[in-house]
Amino acid sequence: MLRNAARSFGLAARAMPKRSFAHSAIARNAIPGSLQTFTDEELMLKDAVSKFANDVVKPKVLQMDETEVMDKSVVQGLFDQGLMGVETEAEYDGSNCSFTSAIIVIEELAKIDPSVSVMCDVQNTLVGTLVRKYGNKDVKKRFLPRLATDTVGCFCLSEAGSGSDAFALQTRAVDNGDHYVLNGSKMWITNSGEADIFLVFANLDPSKGYKGITCFVVEKEMGVEIAKKESKLGIRASSTCVLNFDDVKVPKENVLGEIGKGYKYAIEILNEGRIGIAAQMLGIAQGAYDIALPYLFQRKQFNTNIGDFQGMQHQYAQIALEIEAARLLTYNAARMKEEGRTFIKEAAMAKLYASQVAEKAASKAIEWCGGVGFTRELGVEKFYRDAKIGAIYEGTSNIQLQTIAKLVSSQYK
Amino acid sequence: MSFLRTRLPQIARSVSLVGRQAPYVARNYSSMTYSVPSVTDTPPTSLQSFTEEELMLKETVARFAREVVQPRVRDMDEAEVMDKDIIKAMFENGLMGLETEADLGGAECSFTAAVLAVEELAKIDPSISALCDIHNTLTNTVIRKYGNKDLKEKYLTRLATDTVGSFCISEAGAGSDAFALQTRAEDKGDHYLLNGGKMWISNSGEADIFVVFANADPSKGYKGITAFIVEKEWGVEIAKKEKKLGIRSSSTCVLNFDDVKVPKENVLGEIGQGYKYAIDSLNEGRIGIAAQMIGAAQGAYEIALPYMFERKQFGKPIGSFQAMQHQFAQVACEIEAAKLMTYNAARLKEEGKPFVMEAAMAKFVAAKVAERATSYAVEWMGGNGFVRETGVEKFYRDAKIGSIYEGTNNMQLETVAKIISTKYK
Repeated sequence: MLRNAARSFGLAARAMPKRSFAHSAIARNAIPGSLQTFTDEELMLKDAVSKFANDVVKPKVLQMDETEVMDKSVVQGLFDQGLMGVETEAEYDGSNCSFTSAIIVIEELAKIDPSVSVMCDVQNTLVGTLVRKYGNKDVKKRFLPRLATDTVGCFCLSEAGSGSDAFALQTRAVDNGDHYVLNGSKMWITNSGEADIFLVFANLDPSKGYKGITCFVVEKEMGVEIAKKESKLGIRASSTCVLNFDDVKVPKENVLGEIGKGYKYAIEILNEGRIGIAAQMLGIAQGAYDIALPYLFQRKQFNTNIGDFQGMQHQYAQIALEIEAARLLTYNAARMKEEGRTFIKEAAMAKLYASQVAEKAASKAIEWCGGVGFTRELGVEKFYRDAKIGAIYEGTSNIQLQTIAKLVSSQYK
Repeated sequence: MSFLRTRLPQIARSVSLVGRQAPYVARNYSSMTYSVPSVTDTPPTSLQSFTEEELMLKETVARFAREVVQPRVRDMDEAEVMDKDIIKAMFENGLMGLETEADLGGAECSFTAAVLAVEELAKIDPSISALCDIHNTLTNTVIRKYGNKDLKEKYLTRLATDTVGSFCISEAGAGSDAFALQTRAEDKGDHYLLNGGKMWISNSGEADIFVVFANADPSKGYKGITAFIVEKEWGVEIAKKEKKLGIRSSSTCVLNFDDVKVPKENVLGEIGQGYKYAIDSLNEGRIGIAAQMIGAAQGAYEIALPYMFERKQFGKPIGSFQAMQHQFAQVACEIEAAKLMTYNAARLKEEGKPFVMEAAMAKFVAAKVAERATSYAVEWMGGNGFVRETGVEKFYRDAKIGSIYEGTNNMQLETVAKIISTKYK
């Protein structure tokens, strides 16, 4: 039912002229509500994920971080709970939920462990969505059920020489008759240590520049090599690797969507993926806050709970405010996307702001907990380290600003 | 050099006298400047002015940090253990008795020289810098200022030549509220008996000499707090070593004192004056922490900036994009401001002027700037900033301690607010 409602909103939104006040369009089939409004399904999912995160993930967080390895039973748990195919249709063994449901999942996981959250985020909002949107029926049938039930996937775009300038990628795909041959390497690839399905962006026709970029579904056994696993500041349990492709043969049926349209798919998918990162950042901010605040009322100095000093009160009130603002930006962007509106600017704003708030909230949370906040035992310093990636991956903060500036200025030129 | 050592204190003394004779002048200025401005015969200088000795020390330490410390920074951080050879080399290079008198085996340098040394070390490794800073500006200084001749001879030489020292005030229940400390010292006739526990004690893993603050007379409240010099072999027990976010190779431990016998001669200064010594030491110690913070900020900056002109995207070095330029210019500005506050506080102290507010301001600002600068440095380097290999993320983790130890940010604000409001009440 939610899907039908979403489709009709989309039609209504597109019919309205962009510049009229109906950007706050009259919703024909629903009562406009606050962003605190969720469907039953979304709320149930939130509860289920929160329970899973606290019961299954939490006991292993510190250990996974120290060893920099994602626990296999946690990964299995994500699949078992249906969290790896949140938006995937039921016919492909997915959970058939809304985009906001996926956002909720990512946020709830991040409150406990941002590394687990990003695995789930990439699986759903990048890999799953890409296959769902652009795969033909055959590709969808072959890969979506696996991605939803037992196979980790990853999104391979960045290279050593192409980060923000993604289209400068050099990985080459050569047409060899009944298959393609991939050569090159990728860098900064999340989930790659656990993945068996790789969505690889390679250029099939460099003479066309970025318009030769094509997306291929590559399976690990075809020859994907993990060249190096990075040692990181944060999200340490999330595998981030350098991949090598050395004459990797990819069957022609494994082209995702159309040849030469890979660049478009990449931009579009990252536009929505960044709402997922915003959700992860939100979870980080909240997770750190949720550890520090109770502490403020347990810890006494000068015969007073430190949370009762006015200076402290104003600090945590300010942070609560910023987390709320970040939450609204994130959820609103998610709802806009569901309604079929253009949401690129809002998604960029959500990611940018949420990553800033996550860093600030975690930083403050450490300070509020004093020496204890600085120890790894308490768990709050981990959020500070994990938060930092938010300003870097899926589009650096500078790139978000670029995107926002471009969209804003187009309204004034 | 000798000219400066004899003449400078004289100038400082005459300067502060002038200040005190002109209270009328002071009150006119008081809304704009906080320190009493003073008149001098010698032309005043910028904060970029240093004595030959200070510059020589700065260069020596910079070279030491680059050659001896740098190759081992990452290993020490990953293992969370400070390299014993480096500590030994620090003693050999005279870095562990910077202000200690020459006849006691020290380098007899100025306070600013110590600040410069701490800064240069922090540009390479804030953990090593912390060891040096706490050893010098807290342990050495408190003994130098309040110890009698015997104690100074007995301990300052060891501290300058081969023994690491530690400063033990905080406890599980006494952090910002330091005077709520519970460690007890009981008078047993010819010795004191120490019982209790300390927490968050830097250097304690390597130290053999501990300045311990304990209460010899709880009925007097904080006015019973007394400083004792305790040697490890008398029974100081390391109960736990903390696992930290940053300055990982700096040992931070929980200590236990279980009926530890301390000879009466080892009371530092006067009984019941310990609280005063603690405040005074921390007031100047925080200039040292400010120096550590500006070192960390610069260390990260020095890694990120060259990278920005090597790394190309969209056909040009990322450092040539205007937004990036504005960001690194802003950060440079903030580092400069923090630096000036730090050096100025150090000079005020040397001149014998009140510097408590300026020291608190310097530490507060430097810690914030360090966090901001290191955070940006990670972002400027993109994915490469996030990996441990390039070394910049370490500064981000190390910088965070600046807003917590030797007085939290909130405590610095408290101190500054108190001093400012006395002018308006």
